[in-house]
Amino acid sequence: MRETLWTLAALISHWRRRPGNLATLVLGLAIATALWSGVQALNAQARNSYDAAANAISGGGARTLVASRGGLFDQELFVRLRRAGVTVSPVLEGAVRIGEKNIRIIGVEPLSLPRRSPIADRRTRTDVIEDFFSGPGRGFAAPQTLRRLDLSEGAQPQTERGQQLPPLAALAEAPPGAIIVDIGVAQRLLDRPGKLSRLVIVDEETFDEARLKLIAGDALRLVAPDDDSDLARLTDSFHLNLTAFGFLAFLVGLFIVHAAYGLAFEQRLATLRTLRALGVGPPHLVAAMACEIAVLTLIAGGAGVLGGHAIAQALLPDVVKSLESLYGAQISDRLALDARWWLSGLAMAGAGAALAAASRLTKALRLPALSFARPMAWRGAHHRYLRRQAALAALALVAAAGAFGFGEGLASGFAIIGLALLAAALILPVGLAGALALAERFARRPLTRWFFADGRQEISGLSLALMALLIALATNIGVGGMVEGFRQTFDRWLDARLVAEVYFEAATPADARDIEAWARTQPDIAAILPIWRAKTRIGGWPVDVLGMTPHETYTAHFPLIDATPDVWTALHAQDAVLVSEQLARRLSLAIGETLDIPTSGRDLRARIVGVFPDYGNPKGQLRIDHERLTRYFDDASGVHYSLRVDPGATTRVIANMQQRFGGKITRIVDQAEVKTLSTDIFERTFAVTTALNTLTLIVSGVALFASLLTLSDMRRARIAPVWALGATRRKLAALEMARVMAFAAVAAAFAIPLGLFMTWSLVAIVNVAAFGWRLPFHMFPAQWLVVSCIALCAAFFAALIPVVRLARVSPSELLRVFSNER
Amino acid sequence: MSIDATPENLAAERTSAPMLRVERLHKSYPTPQGRVPVLRGVDFTLAAGASLALTGESGSGKSTLLHLVGALDDADSGEIVIDGVAVTRLSETARAAMRRETIGVVFQQFNLIPSLTVGENLGFQARLAGRYNPAWQEELTARLGLATLAARYPEELSGGQQQRVAIGRALAVRPRLLLADEPTGNLDEATGDAVMALALDLVAATGCAFLMATHSERLAARLQRRVRLEAGLLATQ
Ligand SMILES: Nc1ncnc2c1ncn2[C@@H]1O[C@H](COP(=O)(O)OP(=O)(O)OP(=O)(O)O)[C@@H](O)[C@H]1O
Ligand SMILES: [Mg+2]
Repeated sequence: MRETLWTLAALISHWRRRPGNLATLVLGLAIATALWSGVQALNAQARNSYDAAANAISGGGARTLVASRGGLFDQELFVRLRRAGVTVSPVLEGAVRIGEKNIRIIGVEPLSLPRRSPIADRRTRTDVIEDFFSGPGRGFAAPQTLRRLDLSEGAQPQTERGQQLPPLAALAEAPPGAIIVDIGVAQRLLDRPGKLSRLVIVDEETFDEARLKLIAGDALRLVAPDDDSDLARLTDSFHLNLTAFGFLAFLVGLFIVHAAYGLAFEQRLATLRTLRALGVGPPHLVAAMACEIAVLTLIAGGAGVLGGHAIAQALLPDVVKSLESLYGAQISDRLALDARWWLSGLAMAGAGAALAAASRLTKALRLPALSFARPMAWRGAHHRYLRRQAALAALALVAAAGAFGFGEGLASGFAIIGLALLAAALILPVGLAGALALAERFARRPLTRWFFADGRQEISGLSLALMALLIALATNIGVGGMVEGFRQTFDRWLDARLVAEVYFEAATPADARDIEAWARTQPDIAAILPIWRAKTRIGGWPVDVLGMTPHETYTAHFPLIDATPDVWTALHAQDAVLVSEQLARRLSLAIGETLDIPTSGRDLRARIVGVFPDYGNPKGQLRIDHERLTRYFDDASGVHYSLRVDPGATTRVIANMQQRFGGKITRIVDQAEVKTLSTDIFERTFAVTTALNTLTLIVSGVALFASLLTLSDMRRARIAPVWALGATRRKLAALEMARVMAFAAVAAAFAIPLGLFMTWSLVAIVNVAAFGWRLPFHMFPAQWLVVSCIALCAAFFAALIPVVRLARVSPSELLRVFSNER
Repeated sequence: MSIDATPENLAAERTSAPMLRVERLHKSYPTPQGRVPVLRGVDFTLAAGASLALTGESGSGKSTLLHLVGALDDADSGEIVIDGVAVTRLSETARAAMRRETIGVVFQQFNLIPSLTVGENLGFQARLAGRYNPAWQEELTARLGLATLAARYPEELSGGQQQRVAIGRALAVRPRLLLADEPTGNLDEATGDAVMALALDLVAATGCAFLMATHSERLAARLQRRVRLEAGLLATQ
């Protein structure tokens, strides 16, 4: 104990003399932890919100019954089940619009809800429960939802269709974006009299599946609490993406930690040896080092987790909006993180620090008390180092090839990217050494020769920072290329997909019929195209089925990836279907095959005649003939339409319709507005990725700066002899700068092909697995140029302070190098 | 070691036995051209309170021998017994304890800890060994003339000053065996003599056994005995 403590004191005294090195180490670990835990915070936040949504009614963990065919079922079925003693509680869910905002209405019957449900909990408060039933009733909403609607407790807002809600009350446990009302109120608000969307099983103990079968036949299907939430499933890939980038940033941060700790280790090697010589046993030495790391972890990890909180707070609005617009998921916009998150952030910091320090700890364990430092030993060690790097890189490449050949899906996609990044990072020092050796051979002047020869000695010290730079640059090129390619494809696709000038949604099917009849009499309106839709599930996935009428709007413009030659005639003449790319991939469907589509009646067996891109849609989509849709899906909602209008008359037509039909139209927008909306969703989705990317780049710049700063003391020892032999400090400083810039240029040169490979992997593997669509592969040389410039700028600024310090170093300090040589 | 090694006998032997006994010590270094022998069967003893000078040409193996005796390196064969304990057979941890508590080493290159001040360096080994004695520390600091330098860092000292700190550090722990490798090698003649006189004074005051390697015949003459290392063997002079 005593030895460990005194050893620790001696180790820590090092930081007193080198606060810069300490700052780098702490900063690196803090940044790594911050980026990782920030992303985790976002994920946790979203998951908590999904859980809240699932748990608010059942209290969590309950199985539910839904219609086997999807959609709603009759309340009468519930009544029969209750009479037969099956303990279930009814729920009706649906969406309404209140003041331009989509709000989920959840109708429940509080008396029959499971006891653990937060709503049922209110039963004890009789006044509230009386309110819930009698008079106007009550609507429970999370405080956040009230804020979003700009309403206070007791308010009675109206839906867009003019239905009045009961007075609202705040309930913290209510899912964000939802209002919980009595089931009768919900049926009225949603215009679904006598309908239910699911039944919650109140008591698993007494639940009798056989009796359920007896009464309900196979009209109802049991859903386990986990796969209950489509939301969790649909958003999975979004979160996985986020996690992957968070992890990448964490790794880049670890590079800093590794470099900074390695440097401290090298600088303290003499001290460690002296300690051993003075009688400190290896176990005590390692114990002291481990203590030191633990203390650093606590400090840096703590700061990092706080930073992560700040990052999450900053990115949350974008994540909330993107999840909402993409998946309709409502996420709480107030970060609420539990102890587990804080602890796991610290644990990650500890694991990272341990990983970065492990090799040094084992080295310390075997450290001999005597050093056999030989000046010439550097050469051998350097070659061993390069050989080891090359061997590891080859190993990583083989593993990447293995992941490509045998792996599948998202995990393998990320593994390929990760391993390729690793391989490139490992081979970078070898490439640098080769380039310098080559340059040295052609150099004539002695100072230039020294410049290159000395540069090779620098490689091992700077390599980690350069690797971090390489990874950050490649990621920027890779992700940037993917996003840019997506943007272009997406724009073109939107243009083809949104040909109609006006889109509207009627309040009810009857209203829709009125508007349709009127539209046919209007000279400004060339065509009114119903886009009725129904919901189904295929292979467990939610799928929208949309109807299409035969029209030039589709036949001339609708984008198809693949189609039979007779696609349009077949679609309208036979039981034929167009399948979205995502669905086709997920179910491995191809042109010419038949697909059984569950409907509310008998299944529709249709031939697949085309596959269309459907970017950004997490659900599957099918397009069938409009007539067939109405025939097969009696629960199809017939309220969506598009209009072909003379472009000049668009504004007039919209104004006309709004005036004439008022509340009968819930929503009417022109093409431009839909496009802006879609593009906005797109931008938001990638805003987070871009932010993380930029952070990663900044982190790698910091890494480079930190390494250069800490190396600058060692540099002095290398430069002093050359200075003594007659080179000016200014000249030497200029050479230092040139070297760093040259290193950064090589890193950038490596980053471009690596980034291209990354783009390809993202486009061809990761996106396909995560979202189900494949984008064309584009190259953007302008982007490469920008990233290369960023690399050089980063190197320049990172080197500026160390180089200026070098140029200003006093001769007496350079001389001290000689007097202290050991 | 005697055949009837009862505890009493061992204790008796310990008091009468020399502080340091080296027998048939062999050491070679691996080089690209094969193993090069440096020590080829070195024998000598050193009693408590006695001093021995080790001379020899540069490269003759003085430092090598000192490192072996200081339990810093492993011998190929042979035996080193310090205070009745066979160092060559000790575990790594026990040898560390031996270095900490029994041996003081003044290195040819000082080996001060650069991040600790002079004062902290002086007391460091004593603290490690749990034998820190403020009075002794103060006396040492005063006699070595380091009182005004205690708050400085090693790199801010001259070679002679660093040498004095290294000697002080080794003596602060009150070692039973003091090893010094060219303790005045970095000093001019006058300073070297002064430092040497001081070291010998302190050695006499603590009553430890003292083994010193040096080039200088003049310095060697100031110790009680001297031996010369030649071709891997000791020649008494
Ligand atoms: N780690 C090593 N590997 C190989 N040979 C070594 C090693 N250490 C020492 N030697 C060799 O062993 C021999 C003895 O070295 P040592 O340092 O003991 O000499 P010395 O007598 O202390 O010399 P000096 O008076 O110059 O300090 C030398 O020839 C040296 O080259
Ligand atoms: Mg020597």
